[in-house]
Amino acid sequence: MTAATTTSVSLDVRDVHLAFGPNRVLRGVDLSVPRGATACVIGPSGSGKSTLLRTINRLIEPDRGDVLLDGRSVLGDDPDALRQRVGMVFQQFNLFPHMSVLRNVTLALRRLGKLGADEADAVARAQLELVGLAGKANSRPSQLSGGQQQRVAIARALALRPEVMLFDEATSALDPELVKGVLGVMADLSAAGMTMVVVTHEMGFARQVADTVAFMDRGVVLEAGPPEAVFERAGHPRLRRFLDQVL
Amino acid sequence: MDPLSTLWETFFDWDAMREALPEMLTVGLPNTLILAVSAALLGSVLGLLLAVAGISRSRWLRWTARVYTDVFRGLPAAATILLIGVGLAPLGMQVWGPDPYPLGILALSLIAAAYIGEIFRSGIQSVEAAQLEGARALGFSWADAMRLVIIPQGIRRVLPAWVNQLIALIKDSSLVYFLGLVASQRELFRIGQDYAATTGNESALLLAGLCYLALTVPLTHVVNWIDRRLRNGRPATGSTEDDDDTASYAATEGDRR
Repeated sequence: MTAATTTSVSLDVRDVHLAFGPNRVLRGVDLSVPRGATACVIGPSGSGKSTLLRTINRLIEPDRGDVLLDGRSVLGDDPDALRQRVGMVFQQFNLFPHMSVLRNVTLALRRLGKLGADEADAVARAQLELVGLAGKANSRPSQLSGGQQQRVAIARALALRPEVMLFDEATSALDPELVKGVLGVMADLSAAGMTMVVVTHEMGFARQVADTVAFMDRGVVLEAGPPEAVFERAGHPRLRRFLDQVL
Repeated sequence: MDPLSTLWETFFDWDAMREALPEMLTVGLPNTLILAVSAALLGSVLGLLLAVAGISRSRWLRWTARVYTDVFRGLPAAATILLIGVGLAPLGMQVWGPDPYPLGILALSLIAAAYIGEIFRSGIQSVEAAQLEGARALGFSWADAMRLVIIPQGIRRVLPAWVNQLIALIKDSSLVYFLGLVASQRELFRIGQDYAATTGNESALLLAGLCYLALTVPLTHVVNWIDRRLRNGRPATGSTEDDDDTASYAATEGDRR
C-alpha cells in the first residue's frame, strides 16, 4: 500500500463539545495525532467515538472546540472541501448500490476531482488494485462479500488522496472470517504513513498498529497513550474494567 | 335475439372495427401518444420538483408542495382539465391560438405531477440516511448528493408505481376531448366514440380499448424488465479469482480477541 501517503498531515482535536438537546455526547474531547500516525479510539458503545469522528470531518458540527489539520483550524473552511481532505470509512460501507464498483470510486474523482473519464478510471483501477479488487471493477456492491465491499469503500476514500483517514468501526459489520482482509488493508495504510483515526473494537489491531490508543467514555477521553501503556498499565479504573470485559 | 348474440353484434362487429381501424391508427394513436408522452415527461419533471420540495429543509417549500399535492390529487381529473382548459383558454389563445392541446397537456401534467411527486417522494425517503452520509463524506454538497446518489436510487425503487401513474395518464388522456377537438386532433377514445355514435355499434369503442391495452400492457412489462435489470445489475464480468477476504494481514493474525 503506497497510495496517498505523502500528503498526510497532523490532526488535533481540542476541547470538542457536542450536545443533542440535553444529551451531552462530547464533553471536551482532546486528541492529537501526529503526521503519519495512527490513533485507535476504543471504548464502550455510546461513549461518543463515532460522533467524534463525525465532528472531525464536520458531518456534525461541534458546538465548541476546534479541529486542526497541520496546526490550522478547519472549522471555518468549506465543509465539502474539508471532507475531500479527510476520508471516512463507515461500519456499513455506504457504497452506492446502483453503481458499479468502478463508478463508486470514480464518481467523486470525476465530479469533485474534475478528472476526465480515462484518468478517473485509471486512478480508480489503481486503488482497487491496491485493495486486491481490480477484477471486481464491473461488479455491483451487492455481488461482493462484506469484506470486499469495505475494501472498495476504503479504495473510494483513498482515491481522493485524503490527508487524514477516519475509520468508524470498519470491521464491526463483517463476519469474523472477513475481518482480517480489511484490517490488513488498514494496517498497510498505517504502515505507509497515512494519518488515521480508527474507532475499533479490534483490540489486537489497536495493540499492533496504533501509535496512540485513546479510551473514551461518556464523551471524554479518559486515558490516552502508547498501546502498551494503555493495555498493560491502564491507570483509570473505568479503562481497567473495560479491558477486563473485552480482552 | 338472445343476449349473447346482441353482445356479440354490438361489440364484435369486425366490419365496424375494420372501418374504424385506419383512423384509429393514423389519427387516434398518434394523438393519444402525443398527449400521454408530453404529459408524462412534464408531469415527471414537475413531480420530481414537488418530491424534492416535499423533503426540503425549507418549511415554505414543503408547505407549497403539500398544498399543491392535496389540491390536484383531490380534484376529479375531468374537473381539473375543464378548469385549466377553460380557465386558461384566453391566455392560451394569445400565446398559441385556439389549439386546445397545450392546455390539455398542461392539465394532464399538473394532475400527474401531484401523484408522481408523492411516488418519487416516498422512493427518495426510503433511501437509507447512510447513503447521504456516505456521499457527503466524500465531499459532495447536499444538492449533489441528492442528485447523484439519493434521487436515482429513490426513483428506481418506485418504478412500478410510476408506471401505474403513466398508465393512468394514458387513459386520462381521453378526457381532453372535453376541451373540444377538431377531427385531426381526436385521440383513440374520441374516434371510437364518434364511430359508435354514427354507426350505432360499439365495436369501435372496443377497438379503442384494445389500442389502450396495446399501449399499457407492453409498457408495464418493459418497465418491469428495466426494474429487474436495475435491481440486479448486469452479470458480473470481473474475474472471480480476486483475492479473498483473508489476504495480507499478517500483523494481527492470531492476535484478535
